[in-house]
Amino acid sequence: MAIVLSYENNIIATDKQGYLLNHLVWQEKLALVMAKNDKFELTEAHWEVINFVRQFYLTYNTSPAIRALTKAMKTEFGEAKASSRYLYKLFPEGPAKQATKYAGLPKPARCI
Amino acid sequence: MTTIEQQTLASLPKGFGLAIINSKAPFSSNDGKDALDVALMFGSFEQKVSLFFQGDGVYQLIANQDGRLVSIKDYLKTFSAFEFYDIEDIYVCQQSLVNRQLNETFHINDVQVLTSIEFSKALNRHQHVLRF
Repeated sequence: MAIVLSYENNIIATDKQGYLLNHLVWQEKLALVMAKNDKFELTEAHWEVINFVRQFYLTYNTSPAIRALTKAMKTEFGEAKASSRYLYKLFPEGPAKQATKYAGLPKPARCI
Repeated sequence: MTTIEQQTLASLPKGFGLAIINSKAPFSSNDGKDALDVALMFGSFEQKVSLFFQGDGVYQLIANQDGRLVSIKDYLKTFSAFEFYDIEDIYVCQQSLVNRQLNETFHINDVQVLTSIEFSKALNRHQHVLRF
């Protein structure tokens, strides 16, 4: 089933699971709309991860899978936040999967 | 074998993981990207993986290339993320560089340039080998 994402009177192209087809159209406000459609609340802690994942993608041209994500987060945020437990608490359906979605990135190919 | 060679080989990490040989130039085919995907997948599941570059594969390590110019995603940028996937053993064949008049300057750090003999010995330490 296709998900229609409308934002400021425009239809934003997404894949079947609601991931943006073009990551360059992403804005924070658009992420809020996507999250609202999923009935998912984004807190400050979520934003920290979303922005980090987006930065990772822009730097390395790939969406990080969970293990790479935690490793990379360790240097930035320290041990406490760099655990899959912490990330799964924030994103119960899979941190890499959910955070990349609201960061406007393609779903990670090697996704768990 | 000389003493120096023995020391160099002894200092290389031992293991029985997967070796991935890259033998094609980037962007001319999907091979480089496929090899990268396999490497990252193994890394994600904490499986030991080493990367080998030989033949035209050495061009994948040369800086200032951008696939976007030929409308291909620049997957070489992802090489810089290897540390997050525990990919630390990256070997390049010296003779392949010499044959192509390339110097030993790469777009990622910690690349080990090996002579043909060292290269095949390093390869031999792996249990499985995939060639792309």
